Parts: sequence; C-alpha cells; structure tokens
Amino acid sequence: MSGILVIAEHRDGELRDCTWEAVSAGLSLRQNVTAVLLASEPGLAETFRGRLPSLRLILEPDLAEYNPEHYLPLVEALIRETAPALVLMGHTSQGMDLAPAMAGRMGLPLVTECTSVQTGDGKMTVTRPAYGGKVVERLVLKPAPTVILTLQGGAFEPASEGRFDTQVQEDRPGAADLRHLRRFVERIKAAVEEVDITAADILVSVGRGIGAPDNIPLAQALADRLGATLSCSRPVADAGWLPKSRQVGTSGQTVRPKVYLALGISGAFQHVAGMGGAEVIIAVNKDPRAPIFQVADYGLVADLFQVLPQLTELMEA
Amino acid sequence: MNILVLVKNVPETVETELKIVDRGRSVETDELVFSINEWDNYAVEEAVALKEVHGGQVTLLTLGDEEAEDVLRRGLAMGADQAVHICDEDIEGSDPRTVAQAVKRALDGREFDLILSGAQSSDLGQAQTGVLLAQLLDLPYATLAVGLEVKDGKAMVERELEANTLERVELPLPALITIQSGINQPRYVSILGIRKVRKMTIDLLEADDLDLEPDEIGFEGSIYEERNLSLPPQGEGAEMLEGSLNQVCLRMAEIIREKGGLK
Ligand SMILES: Cc1cc2nc3c(=O)[nH]c(=O)nc-3n(C[C@H](O)[C@H](O)[C@H](O)COP(=O)(O)OP(=O)(O)OC[C@H]3O[C@@H](n4cnc5c(N)ncnc54)[C@H](O)[C@@H]3O)c2cc1C
Ligand SMILES: Nc1ncnc2c1ncn2[C@@H]1O[C@H](COP(=O)(O)O)[C@@H](O)[C@H]1O
Repeated sequence: MSGILVIAEHRDGELRDCTWEAVSAGLSLRQNVTAVLLASEPGLAETFRGRLPSLRLILEPDLAEYNPEHYLPLVEALIRETAPALVLMGHTSQGMDLAPAMAGRMGLPLVTECTSVQTGDGKMTVTRPAYGGKVVERLVLKPAPTVILTLQGGAFEPASEGRFDTQVQEDRPGAADLRHLRRFVERIKAAVEEVDITAADILVSVGRGIGAPDNIPLAQALADRLGATLSCSRPVADAGWLPKSRQVGTSGQTVRPKVYLALGISGAFQHVAGMGGAEVIIAVNKDPRAPIFQVADYGLVADLFQVLPQLTELMEA
Repeated sequence: MNILVLVKNVPETVETELKIVDRGRSVETDELVFSINEWDNYAVEEAVALKEVHGGQVTLLTLGDEEAEDVLRRGLAMGADQAVHICDEDIEGSDPRTVAQAVKRALDGREFDLILSGAQSSDLGQAQTGVLLAQLLDLPYATLAVGLEVKDGKAMVERELEANTLERVELPLPALITIQSGINQPRYVSILGIRKVRKMTIDLLEADDLDLEPDEIGFEGSIYEERNLSLPPQGEGAEMLEGSLNQVCLRMAEIIREKGGLK
C-alpha cells in the first residue's frame, strides 16, 4: 500500500461530514492519508489543519460547484501522480455520481457503500449491505494498483481534531483541459412546509408497509391521540401518499424526536441516517429479520394493522 | 427521440426470510418472487412519457436468465417498442463493470438520444452500472434524476442531493441519466396489458454473441476474489416486546408515555 487519497466533499462553503468519516477510515488503516480539496477558493483548506498528514488543494474558478467533468481529469491526474492504493469518498449524491465514472474512466475496481475496510497480506477486504440491509456482503478484492471505495454515511466515526502537522500543497492547473458538456445551473432548496417534522417530540412514522393511501388515517389517528406528528419513509412520499416534507432520511430530513415509532419501515441506511439520533426508537414490523430492529430500542414483530387500532385505543385512557 | 432503458429483474426480499446458499456465495432465490427493479420501473415510465411527448422509440435491455424476459414484457406493456434480452446463466455474479461492458457490446454501435438506467438495483445496490456505461460510451451523464425535461437537444435534469436539496444540471444529448425513485408515478400494468404484448419479438443475445469470454463474465471475470454473504445478527440491541397483542400494546403505550413525556 502506498497511501490513501480522500476526495473531500463540500457544498455551500462547508465541508460535508463524509469527508471526515473517510479521513478516519483511512487513518484507521495506518496509512499515509492525503485529502484532495477541489475548490474555487482556498478558504476551506484551514479546516484540514491538524486532522491528517497532507492536503492537496486544487484551485480553479470552475470548481465552485461539483461537476464530474471538472473533477474527473483533475482527480485522475492526481491518482496517476501519487498512485494511492486506495481512494475513499462518501456514498453520497456526489460519491454516487463521481466514483463509478472514475472507475470506468481509469479501469479501476470500485466497491460502493462500504461499512468496513481491512487490509492485510496485500489484500483488501470490505463489507457492505445487500438486499436492503438484510444481508452483509463481505468481499475480498483481486489485487489492483488502486481501489476506489465509497463509504456508507455514519459507518465510520468522523476524524477528530489535530495531531498532525498537515502539509498543504496548492495547485492551480488552469481550466484548459476541462470538458464542459454537463453544466451546473442552480441549486434548489425545497420550500418550507407548514408541518415541520424536525420540531416534533413524538413522530409516528409510516413506511411502505402501510400498504395504501387509504390506511394513512389509521396512523394519523394514533398521531392525533399522542399529539404527535406523522412522518414517513421515502416510498410513501414517492407514491404521493404523504408530502415530501414528511420524509425522514438522507434525502429528506434528519429528525431527533424523543420517540420515533417506525411502522412498516424496513430500516434501509438512507432512512436510518435520518432518525438514528432519536432518543427512543420503537419499531413494528412483521419481518423479524428487518434491519430496523438493529437500530431500534424496542421491537415488535407484528402486523401494524393489528397494532395501530389497539394502541390508539389504549392511548385514550 | 430514441431512448434506451436498462431494466433488471430482481428478487423481492423485503418481507421474506433469506437463506444463504452456495457456501456463502449467494442468496437462495428459488422460492422468491422476481419483479422489475423499483428504480427501473420509474425509468421505463419516464422513457415512455418522453416518447409520448417527443415521438420516437423506447428500447428496453436486460441481462439475466430466462425469467428476466418478464421485466421486458412488463415494460413493453407500459409502452416500450422493442426489447433486447442478453440471456445467459453465467452472467449471474458479474460485477457492474461486466454488465456495462456486455450492454455496450450488445448495442454494437447503435445510438440513442437518451439512455436511462435506475439509480441502483435493490438487490446489491451497487449504483454503478449506468455511470460505467456512460464512461464506456463516452457520454455526458447525470445521476439521481428526480426531474427531467428534454428541449432543443438538451436534457435539463434535477439531481437529488442530500437534505431536501436539488441541483439543476444541463446535458447535451446524447446523454445517460440514472433515475431516482419518485420522479414520476409509474403507470399501472394489467395482466391483460402483458398478454397483449405476448407476441412481440424480443431480440435474444448470448454472451457468445457478444464475444465475452467465460473468464470475462460471471464471478470469475469480476473484481472480486472472494465473496461471502451472511445474515446480520438479529435484533441486536432492540428489546423485543412479547406477549399477547394487548400486552405488547400496553407495554408500548407505557414506553411512549414515559419516553415521550406524556402523562
Ligand atoms: C440516494 C438515495 C436516497 C434515499 N433517501 C431516502 C430517504 O431520505 N428516506 C428513506 O426512507 N429512504 C430513502 N431511500 C430509499 C431507501 O433505500 C429504501 O428503499 C427505503 O427507505 C425503504 O422504505 P420502507 O422501509 O418504507 O420500504 P420497504 O423497504 O419496502 O419496507 C417495508 C417494510 O414494511 C414491513 N411490512 C409490510 N407490511 C407490514 C405490516 N402489515 N405490518 C408490519 N410491517 C409490515 C416489511 O416487512 C418491510 O420491512 C433512498 C435511496 C437512495 C438510493
Ligand atoms: N443485469 C442488468 N440488466 C439490465 N440492467 C441492469 C442490470 N444490472 C444493472 N442494471 C441497470 O443499472 C442500474 C443500476 O444497477 P446497479 O449498478 O447494479 O445498482 C439498474 O437500475 C439498471 O437500470
């Protein structure tokens, strides 16, 4: 192994947590870790000081926003120059966009959504979820000069503050080689709705297991009785059974209620990332193997259609 | 406008108990019901809806065993015009790179204005194949589309980012776009609809036709040396509530009152 390269992710002038998670995953392998920050101005470079051995700062006006056509040639050049054994980044909307393109372009192996990484005997072993988290896939990779991994959000503790004398190298490659087929136009933040699920003490949250829009009132009735707010997983919002503003998860909202009651939600990581910080999680699911039971404090294997009316009635008393 | 859509046949595993077989290599699928990958269903709907506005043809392509024909029939019933089936048992266990390579070979230089894939497949969830294909074909691409408009030879894509945020990007056609769930409301497919397309011919290809050597496909041709599946420990951490329905509901009510700060 000859070092690890972390691709930093930033948006709206802030580094994203996945950057620090990737740095700590790299450091845990006792390797020389370098982060690369592609940006239009150097401001964020300061945040790296002390947290890892070295930073490569690539500055270019076109790098204000993420665009794979700008990232790809620059990252490729850096990989050719430094020949890292491992390239790490978050399994985020950016990582999902960039990593496969790097792998395809450079002919490098890629494993996505990794939850652990180990090296030994010149071999790399990773784990990742499959089948919606019901199965753990453990993969030993064939030897390759460089391997690319995207890391599941929250699987690694973010790197802590300073103990390194961080070396910073700045480059201004110029825009000459950058392709401009894909064009960033604008970013859009979803409009604020009248119901704010992040403000609720108790959330009654329904997943695909609720089955049909006609069943939503059953959950609403319980929520009303508890003075709770109704939230949901993605498929429920996708189908339009509840508005998008009620969606909990990576692409929806992050909630930290006192009680989170998950009804018919399997517990995919994109959902769990949005509710794992709840004080108490109670899960009702008819599948005893549902991954949600791995994060819940209390679990009940049951049909939610039996539980809902009964619980609603009991809460009256 | 001619559109290609990649569709994959996947097992429904959400509510079933899974068994690991083949010395940890795979999940027992004999008893499982297969259907179109959730994300691909949105992609087919998007393609058919675009065709309805702009004209042209929608072609579907799948790699899979004989049963995978079902997803093609389903897509044809939704309004696609043609279908290609790369049918090969050995393709089982291939990595996304191999799948993308096989698709490229199957296209054999045929061009499309737009290629759509799902953002990810629900079984292994690699979220790689579409973008790998874009690289092989040297096409501009965008992932995780929750909005798509085509105008004047350009695609305006709304990409989903984190935390209720989107970004709008513009791509010149031809381009490849991976579709995120929720981009549309896929139309309903009836048994009758599927019966109606029963006679439509499907182009059948095998790995041989694509000049894929046995050591290029399947597990052998993959980037993996070893693959081992296991079931995570059950209910680790959660206290499981047990008893009659009334008992467990009483206990739950108690927990909610106490932890939720209700009297
Ligand atoms: C980029 C990206 C971003 C994403 N962002 C999010 C996000 O922000 N939020 C999110 O939630 N998801 C998100 N997802 C989707 C996520 O991967 C899962 O597909 C989704 O969370 C599954 O929702 P679910 O648990 O409701 O449905 P399923 O996984 O289908 O699970 C339904 C569950 O209900 C149970 N069930 C069925 N009937 C009953 C019954 N009668 N009684 C009790 N239990 C029953 C089943 O056993 C099953 O466990 C994202 C995916 C991607 C690729
Ligand atoms: N065997 C296959 N046949 C057809 N399309 C596929 C196949 N595997 C993956 N795809 C396409 O690629 C997308 C992403 O898959 P994956 O990279 O496996 O997560 C899927 O949503 C499909 O559109």
